Amino acid sequence: MKRRKFIERSLVMLAQFGVMGGIFRRAKAELKDYDPSKHYYGMGIQINKCIGCGKCVEACKAENGVPKEPFFFRTWVERYVIKKDNGVTVQSIDPRIERSYEAFAEKDILRSFFVPKLCNQCENPPCVQVCPVGATFKTADGVILVDADRCIGCRYCIQACPYGARYLNPETETADKCTFCYHRITKGLLPACVEVCPTQARIFGDVKSNASPLARFKRMNKIHVLKPSLNTEPKVTYSDLDGEVR
Amino acid sequence: MKNFFQRFPDSLIRIGAVFLLFVSAILFVRFIIPSSLKNEEEHVKATIERETSRSVRYAGSDVCADCHEEYNVKKLGYHRNLSCETCHGPAKEHSENPTETKPVVPKKREACSLCHTYNPSRPTGFPQINPVVHNPLKPCVTCHNPHDPKPPRVPQECQACHAEIARTKAVSPHVQLECTTCHTVPQQHKVIPREVKASIPGDRTFCGKCHSKDSPAKETPKVDISTHGEKYLCWQCHYPHMPEVE
Ligand code: HEC
Ligand code: HEC
Ligand code: HEC
Ligand code: HEC
Ligand code: HEC
Ligand code: HEC
Ligand code: HEC
Ligand code: HEC
Repeated sequence: MKRRKFIERSLVMLAQFGVMGGIFRRAKAELKDYDPSKHYYGMGIQINKCIGCGKCVEACKAENGVPKEPFFFRTWVERYVIKKDNGVTVQSIDPRIERSYEAFAEKDILRSFFVPKLCNQCENPPCVQVCPVGATFKTADGVILVDADRCIGCRYCIQACPYGARYLNPETETADKCTFCYHRITKGLLPACVEVCPTQARIFGDVKSNASPLARFKRMNKIHVLKPSLNTEPKVTYSDLDGEVR
Repeated sequence: MKNFFQRFPDSLIRIGAVFLLFVSAILFVRFIIPSSLKNEEEHVKATIERETSRSVRYAGSDVCADCHEEYNVKKLGYHRNLSCETCHGPAKEHSENPTETKPVVPKKREACSLCHTYNPSRPTGFPQINPVVHNPLKPCVTCHNPHDPKPPRVPQECQACHAEIARTKAVSPHVQLECTTCHTVPQQHKVIPREVKASIPGDRTFCGKCHSKDSPAKETPKVDISTHGEKYLCWQCHYPHMPEVE
């Protein structure tokens, strides 16, 4: 962004904040019966169960108003094909087009599987550290949120995220990402992607709870996270994770 | 107007102007800029409020139970893990106002084949068909109840459910062998396959029936099963449905 344009926009935005601030001061919809300090959320993903139907991607877009184009995602599903000649291809599948994925001769395939991805809601989030205006932060229940009103659309966080989980929303020109469907989970509903998953490849829950599907998932499986060497400590954990998954 | 200003000394006007600017700056910062932009705590609170007040579009399966019989039908069938809204799309609005808005009813074949088309990346064991040859042209719902999708009759061939294995075997050296040569299959396996299992050969001597040096079988390649392959089971090296020799 040019400096002049930036200043122009920030002036316009400041004025908008003023108006919005007024509105929000009145519309204080306090959530009753919800105490964020009593929760700490995480998600488990069983790769062996994912059938790559893309229902999660579709539901996420519908629930959160993510633009329909296939390069804006809060959650997405990658198809990995590891060929016998050791070549690896990764494609993001598009649920709108039935067989959008490239076809491979079956005899050339060594292994193949789907990997659902989303924001890892890291314990040590690099995106929070780089934000120059403090627009993104971690809530008491462990979810990383973006304040679209504060965000200036500089894209630092998009660059900093090692998982490619953020995108610049073309409508608001601010950074956007998965919130674990914060508006749903605070009302006791499941995130939309978990709600519609037909095979329960996604398991959502409280990492603090000892008797929950998530706790059981972690006890019964060998668990990995993506890019553990970066020390981001993701709260999204995977079972059956192949060594080729990046 | 001009006269009015001329009545004051020049310096007083300047001081006045500076003072006015100063006051309006304070007023601007104090009242126009919302406190959520100045105060960290307010900012976090405002963002959380904004997120939690977003509207929910997926109601969750249990809501449908109040009005629809399908809920109890689905609960026991193969689609028990599918949420109603996995197929019918977001239906929160419908559940609050059933006569005004209707969820989509996916009657087309494509809606089913999205999940059930054979794809080598899908986990083995997930029921898959080839929509080109599986009763083409007719909508799937003419034969399968979408809320309790049993195969409409008990299939006799193993191929109906183990298509991938059958296809593999069909081009392998074992093409002449019936599935039942190696597997004992109770009739009930074809009705409730997960409860009644087919048997799997137990040890090396099983393959030895045809492949050991002293076997009466003709035209089978022979090995000395007491030394060949050492302590391993034959199928740790040769996939029984496609016994390759490399
Ligand atoms: C308050 C009761 C109520 C709830 C809750 C409810 N429905 Fe309905 N639904 C109805 C009624 C009544 C109709 C029939 C409307 C008509 O035919 O005019 C209907 C019709 C439907 C239809 C058929 C639409 C058509 O075009 O024929 C579908 C599909 C459906 N509901 C799905 C759902 C799902 C999924 C949910 C759960 C999220 C749900 N409903 C929750 C009352 C309800
Ligand atoms: C596998 C996808 C799938 C799931 C899951 C599913 N449905 Fe359906 N539903 C369909 C299809 C397909 C039809 C159209 C059936 C037909 O035309 O015979 C349908 C029809 C209906 C109808 C209209 C019936 C009619 O005769 O018009 C209602 C109501 C309905 N579903 C409710 C539900 C509810 C409630 C649930 C959750 C308990 C549910 N469905 C789960 C696919 C599904
Ligand atoms: C969102 C994915 C999804 C959609 C859409 C879907 N199914 Fe299924 N289907 C499943 C799952 C998951 C199972 C259970 C598999 C299991 O038990 O391992 C299943 C099981 C079945 C089975 C039982 C197979 C068996 O093992 O005997 C049939 C038949 C079936 N579905 C038919 C349909 C039909 C017909 C439709 C369209 C109305 C449909 N499915 C739509 C996911 C889906
Ligand atoms: C109605 C569908 C269906 C038919 C028909 C069917 N199977 Fe199966 N079979 C299954 C399913 C589903 C499983 C997976 C069970 C599991 O994973 O728990 C299975 C599992 C098996 C297994 C593995 C058992 C194990 O312990 O892992 C063998 C062997 C097998 N089938 C052989 C056969 C043979 C041979 C035939 C034909 C005579 C046949 N099946 C017909 C559905 C079917
Ligand atoms: C003419 C009736 C008919 C239609 C139409 C039909 N099926 Fe089937 N389907 C069957 C029968 C019969 C079986 C039992 C296996 C066999 O004989 O092929 C079956 C079996 C299945 C199975 C179980 C296979 C397994 O591995 O367990 C699935 C899944 C399935 N069908 C999905 C579909 C889907 C998806 C469609 C629509 C694209 C569809 N069917 C359309 C009759 C039909
Ligand atoms: C030469 C003997 C032989 C024949 C013929 C044979 N199998 Fe098998 N099958 C085996 C053995 C041995 C195993 C165990 C493999 C293992 O545990 O790794 C097995 C495992 C299986 C399994 C479970 C594991 C898997 O690979 O998914 C299924 C299902 C199965 N067979 C189905 C069939 C069907 C269907 C046919 C006929 C089209 C068939 N088999 C023909 C020997 C045979
Ligand atoms: C009923 C007899 C029979 C049984 C049991 C049997 N096989 Fe075979 N097998 C054959 C025949 C016949 C051929 C060769 C067909 C041809 O190549 O003409 C063969 C071929 C082979 C080959 C060689 C393929 C090649 O390219 O030369 C291997 C390896 C093999 N079988 C492994 C096994 C294993 C492992 C088992 C046990 C799970 C087994 N067989 C059980 C009959 C049998
Ligand atoms: C440690 C891996 C291993 C195990 C276990 C093993 N094989 Fe093999 N098998 C091979 C290899 C490698 C070859 C090809 C080279 C050779 O001929 O020794 C082969 C070749 C064969 C052939 C083809 C011989 C020919 O002349 O074409 C047959 C038949 C065979 N094995 C059957 C068996 C049977 C039956 C068993 C179980 C008793 C078994 N194998 C166990 C590795 C194994």
